[in-house]
Amino acid sequence: MARILVVDDEAQIRRFLRISLGANGHAVAEAETGAEAVALVRADPPDLVILDLGLPDMDGQEVVSAIREDSAVPILVLSVRAGEGDKVEALDRGAEDYVAKPFGIAELMARVRVALRRSPQAPKPAVVTAGGVEIDLDRRIVQRDGAEVRLSRREQDLLFVLARSADHVLTHQQILRAVWGPAHVEDTAYLRVYVNQLRQKLEADATQPQLIVTEPGVGYRLRTDQG
Amino acid sequence: MVKSEDTDRPSPDALLEAANRERRGTLKIFLGAAPGVGKTYAMLEAAHAARRDGVDVVVGLVETHGRAETARLLQGLDTVPRAAVEYRGRVFQEMDLDAILARRPALVLVDELAHSNIPGSRHVKRWQDVEELLAAGIQVWSTLNVQHLESLNDVVQRIAGVAVRETVPDAVLKGADEIELIDLPPEELRKRLAEGKVYVPDQAQRAVDRFFSTGTLTALREMALRQAAERVDAQMLSYMRRHGIAGPWPTRDRILVAVGADPAAPRLVRAAARMAERRQLPWTVAYVETHRHPGLPEAAKAEVTGAFRLAQQLGAETVVLPGEDITAELLGWARANNVSQIVLGRGRRRRFGRMLADDVLRRAGAYDVLLVGTATDRAAPAVVTTPPTAPPPDRADMAGWQPYGWAALALVAATLLSWAVFSLLPIANVSLVYLLAVLVTATRFGLVPSVVTAVAAFFSFNFFFTEPRFSLRVNTSDDLLTIGFFLVAAILTGQLASRLRAQIEATRTSQRRTANLYDFSRRVASAAGEDDVLWAVVHHVAATLQGRALVLLPVDGPLRIRAGYPPEDRLDDRAEAAAQWAWLNGQRAGRGSDTLPAADWLFLPLKTLRGTVGVLGVAVDRPGGRLSADQERLLDTLADQAALALERTQLVREIEAAEVAREKEQLRTALLSSLSHDLRTPLVSILGASTSLLTLEAELDDESRRELARTIQEEAERLNRFVQNLLDMTRLGSGGLKPKTDWADFSDIVAQALARARPLLRGRPVRVDLAPDLPLLQLDPVLMEQVLFNLLDNAAKYSPATGSITIWARRRGDQVVAEVCDQGPGIPPGDRDRVFDMFYRVAGGDQQTAGTGLGLAIAKGIVEAHGGSIGVLDGMHGVGACLVLRLPVPADLPPAPPDGAAPDGPAPDGPARDAPVLDAPAGKV
Repeated sequence: MARILVVDDEAQIRRFLRISLGANGHAVAEAETGAEAVALVRADPPDLVILDLGLPDMDGQEVVSAIREDSAVPILVLSVRAGEGDKVEALDRGAEDYVAKPFGIAELMARVRVALRRSPQAPKPAVVTAGGVEIDLDRRIVQRDGAEVRLSRREQDLLFVLARSADHVLTHQQILRAVWGPAHVEDTAYLRVYVNQLRQKLEADATQPQLIVTEPGVGYRLRTDQG
Repeated sequence: MVKSEDTDRPSPDALLEAANRERRGTLKIFLGAAPGVGKTYAMLEAAHAARRDGVDVVVGLVETHGRAETARLLQGLDTVPRAAVEYRGRVFQEMDLDAILARRPALVLVDELAHSNIPGSRHVKRWQDVEELLAAGIQVWSTLNVQHLESLNDVVQRIAGVAVRETVPDAVLKGADEIELIDLPPEELRKRLAEGKVYVPDQAQRAVDRFFSTGTLTALREMALRQAAERVDAQMLSYMRRHGIAGPWPTRDRILVAVGADPAAPRLVRAAARMAERRQLPWTVAYVETHRHPGLPEAAKAEVTGAFRLAQQLGAETVVLPGEDITAELLGWARANNVSQIVLGRGRRRRFGRMLADDVLRRAGAYDVLLVGTATDRAAPAVVTTPPTAPPPDRADMAGWQPYGWAALALVAATLLSWAVFSLLPIANVSLVYLLAVLVTATRFGLVPSVVTAVAAFFSFNFFFTEPRFSLRVNTSDDLLTIGFFLVAAILTGQLASRLRAQIEATRTSQRRTANLYDFSRRVASAAGEDDVLWAVVHHVAATLQGRALVLLPVDGPLRIRAGYPPEDRLDDRAEAAAQWAWLNGQRAGRGSDTLPAADWLFLPLKTLRGTVGVLGVAVDRPGGRLSADQERLLDTLADQAALALERTQLVREIEAAEVAREKEQLRTALLSSLSHDLRTPLVSILGASTSLLTLEAELDDESRRELARTIQEEAERLNRFVQNLLDMTRLGSGGLKPKTDWADFSDIVAQALARARPLLRGRPVRVDLAPDLPLLQLDPVLMEQVLFNLLDNAAKYSPATGSITIWARRRGDQVVAEVCDQGPGIPPGDRDRVFDMFYRVAGGDQQTAGTGLGLAIAKGIVEAHGGSIGVLDGMHGVGACLVLRLPVPADLPPAPPDGAAPDGPAPDGPARDAPVLDAPAGKV
């Protein structure tokens, strides 16, 4: 189905990724070092790169930047759980998404699917459906279970920013810049309040959100593949 | 100091001891230096004498060692037959203890007290047999050679080259009621040995030559003599106490050295030191402090202080005896402390020219009095004989001729007043007016001015008022008598008044000193830590001496200034060297001392029994910069107290350090056990399940295979949680876990934690009850999520399978209070603090849950890093437990965000400063 480059120095991790991704019908190439990965991407651009941030020869962040220099290939970063800073940095440098280690294969496959779907060639959908909520990006209409939901202007802006990158993590700064402008990239309190308001209006149970999920320390994600 | 009245009364202990002795039989030991001196012989001779006196004597056991003269002495004495004891097939003859007890003689003879009984006898040692006889009220006589005494065992072995195996505890000898020393000069003993009159035990045969050498015998003889002598000492003291007899009892000599405030004092001390050294005697240096002491010149007081210091260095005790009658005080102390010899300076003169030495000699009676020549005495007689004319310390400015000026003034005033009354009243009243002037001078200025005034008044009286007036001649015998009596009365009055004044002054001084010390000890005692103690010390010392003070302590090795008043952080090189010297040598150094006197500071070691703990430095900035003797004495006392206080804080610190070390060790042990258990258990499951999958692939059905795979997954997740906990803990411990706080929505964090903990809860119902108006908080979302995850994990572990879990949060003032409640067994009140300790688990009966004992400790660490707190409360309706989080609501709330109502773009200047309230949903479905 797709050609995926796995960059990790741990042979065991490469092995199980090769097996699992192969079982899902993907063709897997492997690289042990950052330099090798950069060279491989240049020589034979894959459809997706799965990149471990902890590499022996160079910082994973630099690998992200090096690949981004001449390729738009989606990069899925593998990072440790507490390393929010790393995640945000990788996303800022142009990585597509991240998965926190250790991870289950189901989670990884979901991310892989999203990343492949959002590859540069893929067309942007006009309507995003998540659970019982339908978001019409062009007509700026939001419906929940068929009834239109009244949203304030900011709420709409926020929801549409998330919906345009559906299933895709957006950092706080990215959202704040897009909704409130560059002067407010630090005002996370705005974001908390509006996300909460959106949840109250759209989620089945606002105390256990399924639609707008929090990525701790990183940002938010609008999830369409609930279940 | 012990007052003599106390020793005159029999002490209760002594009486009790005596009463005990009356019930027991008495023990007499015939003590000898070596075999062959004739102990047994002496004992048997004495027994015959006793028998002649009608005493019921029996021979319990006496070894004749085949000597005819001894065997002859046994004749005529009743002998208890020996008992046969069988041991390893051989039959031994031992003393028949039971037969003696049954016979109940008044006195029994038991030879060779040090003998070891044959195994199988009632007691291991013969002295134990003797104890039993004594306990039965039977009087016992026994014999003992000094080498058998336990404490002398190794000495004897060294001297004689013979290992003595049969020993008697020293207590047996000490407990003996009587000791008779059987002495024989070594040469005679050797003669007896040569004549074969000495029984030598087999084991000593080889060493016989060495043992019976003159040298060895002399040494043993000395030991025996010394034992007996000590014994006599003890008996005499005991007797003295029992009968309440006042000393001196010339047994254990003590030398008492009386020093005065004169330059001869050190010489006296040295002489006494040599004497005490030569005679191996304890000695005491005493100074009698009379009312005149405060009035003495500083130089004279310094002599006393110096003599005391010297005496202490030379190993004497020092004592200050307050009192007026020097001789009586000295003799009283001597009597109470068993002094046998009193050492005095020859030239100490007392009032009216009488020598102290004469006085003591006259009254000493039973004491040896040694007069030491004091050559320096005559060289500086002024010091010795100086009457207490010096002004009291608080009137130091009144020195010199000033008192005489005032005295003259008083005299003139008295003369004028007398002139006025002379015309009206008889002449006798004039003398009263003059007397008044003398009295005033005496009370104000002391003895000498008052005497001067008295003499001047005498002349003035004579000149102005007696006939013929304005001449020193006296016409009538009446007048002569009047002025003669006047002179005597004036001088006596002056003396009395001045002494009264001096006494009051002395009392005041000592009161001030006591108050000062009391104040100091109170301040030091109430100081909690070392810093407080140090501050109290320097502040108090500086205030007392009206100078500067500092304390130096060893800080990680070298001596450093730890406190100063006024604050001081540098010493010049000389002072530094003096401080070092004082520290290293445990003696004073610096200004006013004998070592490095060029320094500006005087340093005193702060000494306790455990050693020197630090150095106290003092500096007096007055001209001369010297301390008075009084001040020095006070300073010494202050230094002692400060040292004790410092030692106390240091001990406390050491105890705390030991406690910390112990806790660390406990933690290490807990960590190791946790690692080995909590890491290994999931690994066992993972290994087991995965190897099953690999090796039993063919035999397993799909369901089993899934089961095994799920096991691997669950156990790996458990392992992951444990590793995460360990990582968090490590970072908390190393201080590396700094919350990266940001505005966070608490309910959002709860939702994430709940989502992650869902698999652990295994279907337990969760009730989420969060107030809708919770304010935003400054939190690290990742860490706080970990806290809630750990609390949920904990709740799940201690809950029954169907018990519900409640998460509840409300705003309470400037805090958000959140609770995670379970329906488990609850946490006993005593454990509620400890559940937050690392690796602590509440004993969970048989349902031991697989906790790591880290979760709550981590939660506590994280919450506290956020400025919040965590605790335990009873669960709802008394069931289970609630873990309560209290998180601060930031005072500086975020600006309310611009809403859609403000249509155009970014609106940075939110108007409201209120808490942004999370709106309740407009239309909840």
